[in-house]
Amino acid sequence: MDILVVLWLRQMRRYVRSGSRLLGSLGQPILLLLALGYGIGAIYKRAGEGNYLQFLVPGIITQTVLLSAIFWGIIILQDKRFGFLAEMLVAPVSRLRILLGSAIGGATISIIQGTMVFFISFALGFRPHHWALVPAAFLVLVFMSIALTCFGAGLASMVEDFQGFQGINNLLVMPLFFLSGALYPLNNVPTFLRIISTCNPVTYMVDALRYLLAGQSHFGITKDLIIMTITFIVTLTFAVNRFNRIEI
Amino acid sequence: MADEKTIISAHDLVKRFGDVKAVNGISFEVKKGEIFAFLGPNGAGKSTTIKMLTTMLRPTSGELRLAGHDVTRERDSARKAFGIVFQDPSLDEELTAYENMDLHASLYSIPKSKRPARIQTLLELVELWNRHDSYVKTFSGGMRRRLEIARGLLHEPKILFLDEPTLGLDTQTRNLMWDYVQKLSHEKGMTIFFTTHYLEEAEAVAERIAIIDQGTIVASGTTTQLCKQTDTKTLEEAYLKLTGRTLRDESESGNNDGMNFKMALRNRRLR
Repeated sequence: MDILVVLWLRQMRRYVRSGSRLLGSLGQPILLLLALGYGIGAIYKRAGEGNYLQFLVPGIITQTVLLSAIFWGIIILQDKRFGFLAEMLVAPVSRLRILLGSAIGGATISIIQGTMVFFISFALGFRPHHWALVPAAFLVLVFMSIALTCFGAGLASMVEDFQGFQGINNLLVMPLFFLSGALYPLNNVPTFLRIISTCNPVTYMVDALRYLLAGQSHFGITKDLIIMTITFIVTLTFAVNRFNRIEI
Repeated sequence: MADEKTIISAHDLVKRFGDVKAVNGISFEVKKGEIFAFLGPNGAGKSTTIKMLTTMLRPTSGELRLAGHDVTRERDSARKAFGIVFQDPSLDEELTAYENMDLHASLYSIPKSKRPARIQTLLELVELWNRHDSYVKTFSGGMRRRLEIARGLLHEPKILFLDEPTLGLDTQTRNLMWDYVQKLSHEKGMTIFFTTHYLEEAEAVAERIAIIDQGTIVASGTTTQLCKQTDTKTLEEAYLKLTGRTLRDESESGNNDGMNFKMALRNRRLR
């Protein structure tokens, strides 16, 4: 147990000490909330769909978690490239524990970021559908943070340098976000887009969060949770598998 | 096969990367308390051997024992028996010197009660105690190396691996480091296994030397023995006679160390 706590603490220390990263990572969601929430909000209302900010916030929280989790993978990459991983890998501790301790740290960071975006949204006028469901929404946030952090860890174990990671960001993270229904309802989109979104695991995270925070859902919470569980199992297996294969 | 005084033993060790045999059936023994130098040109298989010795790479075949523990089968016991200073820096720069030490103590499950005194003693020894609360990112190359040595000793290992430990250090730090390493070996009976490209260092410090080239050990013994064998006067002459004078281009030679090749590619991509 001790070592998991220690590795978690290491991640937390690094997070708290990197003030610029902390603020920088909140800049994008705030920008999206302001520009889209208010900008598109007016048209959205005229189209008879209701309050866009209510619709948008769960999507932006998910995006924050997604970005934060994948970005956290950079720490693994840094450890790999700048040597600290070697120190951990020759220590009498199993790789699984090293991965878990670090990943729990990464997930905690994502949870904090997601929660902060929730409060920022509240300040911008967002109101949860039912306050009683907010704790459940928090659990979903925790769950998806862990799943996406595993995804980030697995990816970081695979790539060799930062340029490669940048490529992943453009080729993977952006599509996962834009094609997840985070920004628009899936009811009226063209069929091809709906099919792509249905295949995107992030879609179900957005949908679950939206159900719990805004009272709107496309797939229903049961389906969302089932697919999130599958996603979690797959990403965890992926992370363990890739991390075990790292050779320095 | 090995008597009681042997602390590192490699028997017919092979590591293959695809078709390339980076290490091709090497055998050697290091005695308890010995200072042992492992020399060879770039891409000869030095790093691959150290990686196998320190459990970072699994040997393709052969047997490897550290302090009586089989490196592949009793990995964690073997890991506790050695400390290592890597060729590349391996500190967490975002943490302080003390935090780096403390993290290491946790990784090696050193009891909490013993940590503060031990960390202080070691940091004083490498003359970093007055900077124990500073972030490692503010340290110079020499200070980092010293911290890494202190860290490698924290769990009181029987064997200390030093992979090109003096690379990029100034003469003062280098001399200080070797003085200290020799003291460790003589006073505490610690076994030292190191690689270097500075032959004068090996000549001055090492009690025994093995020279590896193209994945096989071409000669081993004391400096005197090596000179006698090759009919030369200095270790450098003996070394050059044994390994040839041609340059080793890691990325083009067919028979090289696969890991270094991968690294070279990786570095080129980074530029």
